[in-house]
Amino acid sequence: MPTLASLSPALPEIVLAVGAMVLLMIGVFRDDDADNGEFIGGLAIVLLVFAGALIVMQPASSASLFNDAFVVDGFARFMKLLVIIGSIGALLLSFSYLRQVGSLRFEYSVLVVLATVGMLMMVSANDLISLYIGLELQSLALYVLAAFRRDSVRSSEAGLKYFVLGALSSGMLLYGASLTYGFTGSTSFPVIASVATTTDGVLNIGLVFGLVFLLVGLAFKIAAVPFHMWSPDVYEGAPTPVTAFFASAPKMAAMAILVRVLGTAFPQAAEQWQQIIIFVAIASMLLGSFAAIGQTNIKRIMAYSSIAHIGFALVGLAANSQEGTRGVLVYLAIYLVMTLGTFACILAMRRKDEMIEDIDELSGLAQTNLPMAFVMAMLMFSLAGIPPLAGFFAKFYVFAAAVKAGLWPLAIIGVLASVVGAFYYLRIVKLIFIDDAREKFLDVERYTGIVMVLSAIFIIGFILVPGPLIEAAEAAAKSLRF
Amino acid sequence: MDIAATFFYLFSVLAVASGAMVVVAKNPVHAVLFLILTFFNAAGLFILLGAEFLAMLLVIVYVGAVAVLFLFVVMMLDVDFAELRAGFIKNASVGAIVGAVVLVELAILFGFKGFEIGKAGKIAAAIPSQGSGLSNTEALGRLIYTDYVYFFQGAGLVLLVAMIGAIVLTLRHKEGVRRQSISAQVGRRPEETMEIIKVAPGATIIPSAEGQN
Repeated sequence: MPTLASLSPALPEIVLAVGAMVLLMIGVFRDDDADNGEFIGGLAIVLLVFAGALIVMQPASSASLFNDAFVVDGFARFMKLLVIIGSIGALLLSFSYLRQVGSLRFEYSVLVVLATVGMLMMVSANDLISLYIGLELQSLALYVLAAFRRDSVRSSEAGLKYFVLGALSSGMLLYGASLTYGFTGSTSFPVIASVATTTDGVLNIGLVFGLVFLLVGLAFKIAAVPFHMWSPDVYEGAPTPVTAFFASAPKMAAMAILVRVLGTAFPQAAEQWQQIIIFVAIASMLLGSFAAIGQTNIKRIMAYSSIAHIGFALVGLAANSQEGTRGVLVYLAIYLVMTLGTFACILAMRRKDEMIEDIDELSGLAQTNLPMAFVMAMLMFSLAGIPPLAGFFAKFYVFAAAVKAGLWPLAIIGVLASVVGAFYYLRIVKLIFIDDAREKFLDVERYTGIVMVLSAIFIIGFILVPGPLIEAAEAAAKSLRF
Repeated sequence: MDIAATFFYLFSVLAVASGAMVVVAKNPVHAVLFLILTFFNAAGLFILLGAEFLAMLLVIVYVGAVAVLFLFVVMMLDVDFAELRAGFIKNASVGAIVGAVVLVELAILFGFKGFEIGKAGKIAAAIPSQGSGLSNTEALGRLIYTDYVYFFQGAGLVLLVAMIGAIVLTLRHKEGVRRQSISAQVGRRPEETMEIIKVAPGATIIPSAEGQN
């Protein structure tokens, strides 16, 4: 019988899950208005910070729980921190926007916390069942969040689209999981890996089928080409803070579980999954870079941008080495901060109770609001990967790992794609600094400003002291076996 | 023919017959009631297999919740079943072909393997520890609350999110709806609500305004 103390590796998840229920009870018994929503939101942020602190304080060793279904190692801790940072950032960005559109209900924060629990479960999943339960927990909460502005047709449409396509991808994932289980007799990742080896070098074709379907399901969750179709529509339709959440925390969790599934359950099938990952990476980088050129809605641009960035991160995974994994981790951390900062800027594009989403309206921002123009331009340069900003180093590490693994063509295509992608980032910079000024935006809200400033500090700070992040990623990558 | 076989054929024939009635019944309410009968017979088959927990689950979940929900939907929503049924004859041929293919496949399967796939020797392995005197429910409970407690709790959280989501997306507080406030009802005191008036014989009473609520 497990004692209570033996559950301590899962303490952050338990604290968040129980905390979410407590918040639900507190919220229900207070008045149903925006102040209550903000109060519960504040408590949710405190809860997330507390869970983050618990993760930091966990011992550096690896531990597994529940018959090896739940594993906590350096990799899991690193990714969990990213997920929690993403959730906190998205919550900070939410309050003023939701209050403005009259949708600041307390369930919002509760759903964000529960989605975060699901993501943490995904990051720690070491078994197909825990993978699926974590994935469903976060997806279900995200479907509701996408439709959270229930009076807005576009928000409802986004929620419905995401739900229908998400259910389809869950079906694919389950089919893959059932095939994998059927051909290995186990749902546990290490056991799947050990069974795959005993068949004297020849992989069971059924297992490869299962792997392919698992990858389809996970590729949908990270919106990698060719399973990206939902993302521009959902990004555009969902309330902007929810879009910020979609672009940050869930991507971290889905990439984490992708790395873990491929690294721990299918190391023997590396040759097979590398082909798939290489194709998906190339397709995502190219489509993300080219398709964004014709867009004028900044939320759609960010959707394509995130598709491209996931493609770049997958380059590191395709390398199938410890260095590649380190590259993926560094990339995700930097991408997370850049995305949150950019969405803070998007949320600051307001005029008289109206959210602006057209990039032409950014024209001449430098003359009306220089600090915001500066931060936004820096984020765009960083997203484009222009040295010496953080985004450049993110790309540098994954491409270096790919080259070291002998994937020259992949790295070259990646560099070319980032040159193409730079066009639409730099177009925004040109609009901000060179074109004529338009009507001034409203003043930046306090929390939005905080997120903006923090992301700017990170991007500049990374140039000066890149060490801590690289070392943390290095240690995290080491804990996964490659 | 022993008693188990008798019941097996009874349940099977009834299940197939009522299943057919679900499709052909003219009245949708009758169709749902036949569906319930099918569920009951399937539950009977489960009991014959020694899976009493699954049998109860089928009755409680499918009959108690799902079928009753169907019944509500059929009775409350104005669905034009005549229109839904319009293509029945037209599509019947396609359905018949698909059915025939499945039938042939099953016949071939049984032709090769005979009925031995259903023999007791192979099924017994699937029933957990019959010998130790554990019932299905107990055996499942021992697994769910030990080895699978993490998945069980996780699934519980998923259901919680589904519940919150359904409420968030659909519940609207209408203005002017009078709700029952139990604390206010219990907290009423006689002097606030009652007025004792001495009435002289033959006089009329004009009720005070507060007494009306």
